[in-house]
Amino acid sequence: MAATAQPNVKNVWLGGVEPMKASYGKLMMWFFLISDTFTFSALLVSYGLVRYSYPAYAGKVVDFVSSPTYWPIPEKVFDAMPFLHGVHAPLVFVGIMTFILIFSSVTMVLAVEAGHRMDRPAVEKYMLWTLLGGATFLGCQAWEWTHFIHGTDGGTLIKEIVDGSWVSKTVFGANLTENQYGPPAFADFFFFITGFHGTHVFSGVVLNYLIFYRTSTGFYDRRGSYEMVEKVGLYWHFVDLVWVFVFTFFYLV
Amino acid sequence: MAHVHEHDENAGAEQRKAIWRTFWILLGITALEFAIAFTLNAGLLKTSIFVGMTIVKAFYIVGEFMHLKHEVKSLIWAILIPCIFVVWLLIALMREGGSIFDLR
Repeated sequence: MAATAQPNVKNVWLGGVEPMKASYGKLMMWFFLISDTFTFSALLVSYGLVRYSYPAYAGKVVDFVSSPTYWPIPEKVFDAMPFLHGVHAPLVFVGIMTFILIFSSVTMVLAVEAGHRMDRPAVEKYMLWTLLGGATFLGCQAWEWTHFIHGTDGGTLIKEIVDGSWVSKTVFGANLTENQYGPPAFADFFFFITGFHGTHVFSGVVLNYLIFYRTSTGFYDRRGSYEMVEKVGLYWHFVDLVWVFVFTFFYLV
Repeated sequence: MAHVHEHDENAGAEQRKAIWRTFWILLGITALEFAIAFTLNAGLLKTSIFVGMTIVKAFYIVGEFMHLKHEVKSLIWAILIPCIFVVWLLIALMREGGSIFDLR
């Protein structure tokens, strides 16, 4: 019987052992993350394609004004802060968001480490910090979106074709077809990329909550292993990793 | 799981140290990125520096936080090799974008 595995024969690929010294669940999480990498790469690379198909802003950074004819400079678009209306604070808010996400990644990996020692109170504590970081990030993103959609006080005067004739009008903020900051495609990519990432953060927060709940009810103690913390941890770090790339290619470059 | 049976006081102290070291490295690189964002003029040099720093950050997140650096070689390669497709897509679509720009 060629198809039947012998139970007492230890062959690497016939079951009973872990071929890559990682459990089935962990391997599957890794392969899911690889496929998710492709999805995010496709979004970011398409952003690059569309960006390079538009002219770049050629003048001095100080004199920058928004126009749908060239690609905007991110630091001139993302310069608002909550509670500081009218203050020019380029990339400060997104910098804070980056810090929050990196820090929640640290508390997550500390929870994983505590899980290795079967230290339930420490896992609970660090999972709570991770949850707080994730929720704060989502709140910041909600504010960022609201501001981006509603726009600045002055708006931008844009000439566009309506029913076959040129019309000048002031556009405030951005949606999928109109954008005061630059070409409409810029706003589209903003919504799709940060939105897709935010959806990942949201599902990460839900999973983290599940892990926190099961830890505090003693589920993993009864099971005798905290490996679930590790698997969800992989996902959470991946969300942080994606943000590192989004931060560079959307906000810095 | 090699770590499950460690129960002494100092268990994992080494790992926790490595975690915080990684955190400071990531924070330092991000702060440096901010400094460069406002001091260097836009251009190929600035973009290359940012891409380089991002790859360093990715290395630390994947290697230390996701523990990939300490996994077996076959797992490391199983994750890294498929990423070649991303590099290919990046080069292909960047050329495509430049060509659309020329035709517009």
